[in-house]
Amino acid sequence: MQDSIENIGEEIVDEFNMFENWIDKYDYLIDLGKSLPKIDEKYKVEDNIITGCQSQVWLHAKQEDNKVVFIADSDAIMTKGIIAMLIRVLSGQKAEKIINTNLDFINKIGLNEQLSQTRANGLNSMIKQMKIYALAFKDK
Amino acid sequence: MYSPENIRKYFPILDSEVNQHKLVYLDNAATTQKHQSVIDTVSQFYEKENSNIHRGVHYLSQLSTNKFEQTRESVKNFINAQHTHEVIFTKGTTDSINLLAFSYSKILKKGDEVIVSEMEHHSNLVPWQMCCDYSQATLKVIPITNSGELDMSFFKKELSKKTKLVALTHISNSLGTINPIEKIIELTHQTDAKILIDGAQAAAHAKLDVQKLDVDFYCFSAHKLYGPTGVGVLYGKEKLLNMLPPYQGGGEMIKDVSIHKTTYAELPHKFEAGTPNIAGVIAFKKAIDFIEEIGVENMKEHEDILLNYATLKLEEIPNLSIIGTAPKKSGIISFVVSGIHHYDLGLILDKLGVAIRTGHHCTQPVMKKMNVSGTSRISFACYNTKTELDYTVDCIKKAIKMLS
Ligand SMILES: Cc1ncc(COP(=O)(O)O)c(C=O)c1O
Repeated sequence: MQDSIENIGEEIVDEFNMFENWIDKYDYLIDLGKSLPKIDEKYKVEDNIITGCQSQVWLHAKQEDNKVVFIADSDAIMTKGIIAMLIRVLSGQKAEKIINTNLDFINKIGLNEQLSQTRANGLNSMIKQMKIYALAFKDK
Repeated sequence: MYSPENIRKYFPILDSEVNQHKLVYLDNAATTQKHQSVIDTVSQFYEKENSNIHRGVHYLSQLSTNKFEQTRESVKNFINAQHTHEVIFTKGTTDSINLLAFSYSKILKKGDEVIVSEMEHHSNLVPWQMCCDYSQATLKVIPITNSGELDMSFFKKELSKKTKLVALTHISNSLGTINPIEKIIELTHQTDAKILIDGAQAAAHAKLDVQKLDVDFYCFSAHKLYGPTGVGVLYGKEKLLNMLPPYQGGGEMIKDVSIHKTTYAELPHKFEAGTPNIAGVIAFKKAIDFIEEIGVENMKEHEDILLNYATLKLEEIPNLSIIGTAPKKSGIISFVVSGIHHYDLGLILDKLGVAIRTGHHCTQPVMKKMNVSGTSRISFACYNTKTELDYTVDCIKKAIKMLS
């Protein structure tokens, strides 16, 4: 059975808590970014670009077995790390769950504090776009 | 002896810590830090002198009016204008250019031409696109070369009887190029065209003499000159400013108002509608006093040393390329590291206390031309030191290592 969004979120919080200083946290984010699978160039189109990010972010979603699968990439590695986290939590979940979840874990790992307002806006637009995709699938 | 250490004592913010590191501030092209006397003057104004200018008979209003006008006198001397009323106070460079572009949009016609360049800050590009849209004039764009210089042969070819205005930057904010404005002004004046120089990046880094340059319009922002935000200057030759229609209507800019018809005030008030940033303008004088006390040429000499030093050190870093390699540059270095995104680099430097700028620097056409999505940019001011540059270069190496 698919782990719940909350459980995976907690898992990530635990992982981040293992690191004491920002360098290790950043290193971990960079590793996560590197682990994000390469996406097909056909998804890197204007329509999939999320506005409000300082780096380019492409996000695409499809529905498989009633679950929403996200495909995303960025040209900046830290952004990719954040995307990888969001994908780990949200990809493969039911649309309904994605729409209604609160992503507490982001606050708990202190990522929002790490990010300035402009960067936090980018993260928020990413999450918003993921929820919009989920909404579109739910109504289908 | 020029001593950045001494100068730093007057910039309290430079003592701060950021992310548990001593702040190294290398985003001076975006805005410079403020001199203690500027900070004190702003707070003293609100504590002891606050009142509106040009309007009251009472003591405080007289006092603030006098101080406000003293700054105008200082600016006049700073740029060596012929008349004090040729100095118009605005909100900043962007506001100065919008003022001029609005006024020109009223007098340009179809068939007229405006020339800008590919290296302009969006502030000296978008207002002219709008102006040409409104007036049906044509916008011509001088391309830049691979090293980031203006293509002068293109400029000479495009200058013609149709050219009404040339609007060019003195120093490029994303490449650091110092443009040969003396030559450009001379060429422009061989036709009937007028010329605006965007001096946002130059006023704190180059000695200015608008009469010797014979420039028609020149603008800059106080906040890039160790002064307050929300204050800018538009210099214009008296004859031209008199000829141009006003920009905004309102209080202060009128001579006589009846319900149907208004006659406009004399210069400079014609272009200064509404209550300005009084505290800011008054404090701006302190910034100019500071620059004149140290000497802008001495500052430039110091910044040139930093520029050369940092350029050499950065060039030693593998896979790092400097974008903008004109022979004449100001204290601005844009660079890219292959395989590494400027945003990632900026994030890590920030954690190490180093403030740099990343992105397109409001010059998207430059990024497009140079074939990069953005750059990392360090830019110097009179208070930066070699020690700070050593630390920054080490931090850049560390960041590259983390990100590779
Ligand atoms: C060359 C140039 N022009 C115009 C501007 C706009 O100045 P301001 O934002 O102070 O209006 C800047 C500021 O970055 C600049 O560097």
